[in-house]
Amino acid sequence: MKNNLYNYILGIADNSLILGQRLGQLCGHGPSLETDIACTNISLDLFGQVRSYFQYAAKIAGDQRTEDDIAMLRKERDYKNVLLVEQPNTNFAFTIGRQFLFDVYHLAFLTELQNSNDFTLSVIAKKCVKEVSYHLRFSSDWVKRLGNGTPVSKEKMQEAINGLWTYTDELFYQTNADKEMVFEGIGVDVTKLKNNYYSHINNILLEATLEIPESKWFQTGGKEGIHSEHLGYLLSDLQYMQRTYPNMEW
Amino acid sequence: MKKSWPLWEVFVRSKNGLEHRHFGSLHAADAEMALENARDVYTRRNEGVSIWVVESKNITASNPSNNGELFEPAQDKVYRHPTFYKLPDEIKHM
Amino acid sequence: MSEEQIKNLEAQFNARIERDEKIEPKDWMPEKYRKTHIRQMSQHAHSEIVGMLPEGNWITRAPSLRRKVALLAKVQDEAGHGLYLYSATETLGISREEMYEQLHTGKAKYSSIFNYPTLTWADMGAIGWLVDGAAIINQVPLCNTSYGPYARAMIRVCKEESFHQRQGFEIMMKLAKGTPEQKDLAQDALNRWWWPSLMMLGPKDEESIHTEQSMKWKLKRKSNDDLRQQFIDQTVPQADLIGLTIPDPELKWNKERGSYDFGPINWDEFWQVVKGYGPCNKERIKARVGAWEEGEWVRDAAMAYADKQANKNLNKAV
Repeated sequence: MKNNLYNYILGIADNSLILGQRLGQLCGHGPSLETDIACTNISLDLFGQVRSYFQYAAKIAGDQRTEDDIAMLRKERDYKNVLLVEQPNTNFAFTIGRQFLFDVYHLAFLTELQNSNDFTLSVIAKKCVKEVSYHLRFSSDWVKRLGNGTPVSKEKMQEAINGLWTYTDELFYQTNADKEMVFEGIGVDVTKLKNNYYSHINNILLEATLEIPESKWFQTGGKEGIHSEHLGYLLSDLQYMQRTYPNMEW
Repeated sequence: MKKSWPLWEVFVRSKNGLEHRHFGSLHAADAEMALENARDVYTRRNEGVSIWVVESKNITASNPSNNGELFEPAQDKVYRHPTFYKLPDEIKHM
Repeated sequence: MSEEQIKNLEAQFNARIERDEKIEPKDWMPEKYRKTHIRQMSQHAHSEIVGMLPEGNWITRAPSLRRKVALLAKVQDEAGHGLYLYSATETLGISREEMYEQLHTGKAKYSSIFNYPTLTWADMGAIGWLVDGAAIINQVPLCNTSYGPYARAMIRVCKEESFHQRQGFEIMMKLAKGTPEQKDLAQDALNRWWWPSLMMLGPKDEESIHTEQSMKWKLKRKSNDDLRQQFIDQTVPQADLIGLTIPDPELKWNKERGSYDFGPINWDEFWQVVKGYGPCNKERIKARVGAWEEGEWVRDAAMAYADKQANKNLNKAV
């Protein structure tokens, strides 16, 4: 059970970790100073969440490992984030699209997690709900601006939504650890979030005068450690210092 | 001619009971964005409970060349200030 | 307005400043005052946002989660500082677009220190400790400068800046007291950033053309050489405290002056970097130009959307 809880926490935190890392890459390169500050704020929120989760996980593990060990010293196959969050910052539309498609899920997930039987997780969730409400507001507003802005922005925003759509279904996939945690009343049954998720997304896309992509085939695997080729490169940045200068304090 | 994001002035109330104070300005395309940007730029260190944003063009400012007629008359109306009135020291709470 | 009238206004204007009164946006001001402030304030703003790049370089590679969030927050603060300063400069009658154009075409400068590369994690420590340290020395006096919006922006900046320097010094301290490898990292970073930081305080007094006027308008309180000496005197003991060596064989405490004597600065290098031939000048500008140009469709979209919403509301009202 301890193992399942540990893995469950990592599954939650890894999404914020990888997404936070992607947003961190954008610092100094945004379309305006104001959006730069906004995206960095989101990144900071996400890393704050990661630290809460990993510090808890380290406590559960009960050995010497730290939040940094968990964040930076796992092997590629041991990261449990969904494929959606590791997609690259192709352009601002992809950045916003990725954020939006994740935020809708993230808010719904955290809202449920507040009711977890695990006290620490419920407390973390209560705090994060406020942050993520704001993330969703920000990303939804931008989906609308880009979708219903100029013809150029509509084309780019549509392309981004179309490209990322294939990664949405994985959000509702459950690993064995997930199922175990749901059974214990600790975890969130994400399958129950699916319908509301797509109906919320559809409403925003329509409001943004964008087309809802035809769902043909969805990619999965991230939660089981089978990632896209992007993750390897992302991890080499994330892990570089810890691997090159092992066992040191910073 | 290409339109650029207009300038907005930001006013923040840092605590209930205080008034909104001018914190600075920023560029945004619309009021919603201005509010979100103001929140991100000016309240990161827990500095606010309420934000007002006003497009700069909607602010009417007094002209400093009129400062004489606008503000000087108030300078010699000292009877508006409590210190003008001398009361015996024995009177308390006034 | 006659020359006589302008002279009168200028005399009154200067008297106000001498009385420590602030000048606000709509006040009459000599054209030179306006132009000088636009130049200094916009270049200050440019420095903040270009300064995001050498440090932003290490966000994804920060060695711990704690360091990562601190660095993210610091770089974000710099964006904010740029924003306060651009906004303050706009009150003088120049647009953000014009200022960016000046930066992108090289018409306006930014602090030359940011044209150096950040090669290791220790550079994050060196920059916070030395570069922010030098910046603070420049900035604190500006909190009392004559132009209201600039002074207010600087008060905000200084409040936030103190965490930056502490963060940098803490990084260096941790490294200097860590493993031999970490100490090497710290010493190496200090070796590379020391002299550029001294140059950051500006050219020698005799080669500095704007000083007298700037002093009168409270744009400058001390001369470049005085600021440089202040910086050295405050920083050397800090290096001693953590066991790092300042890379200056001629550095020596002078009891009579009550200050440190120091070796010659390579002014050729300074002017080379200022003129655009430093290690990273091209990359920095390319990054800023890139961000601005690639972001054009985004900014246009936001305006188009705002217009559509405004029209929708108008139609509803009708």
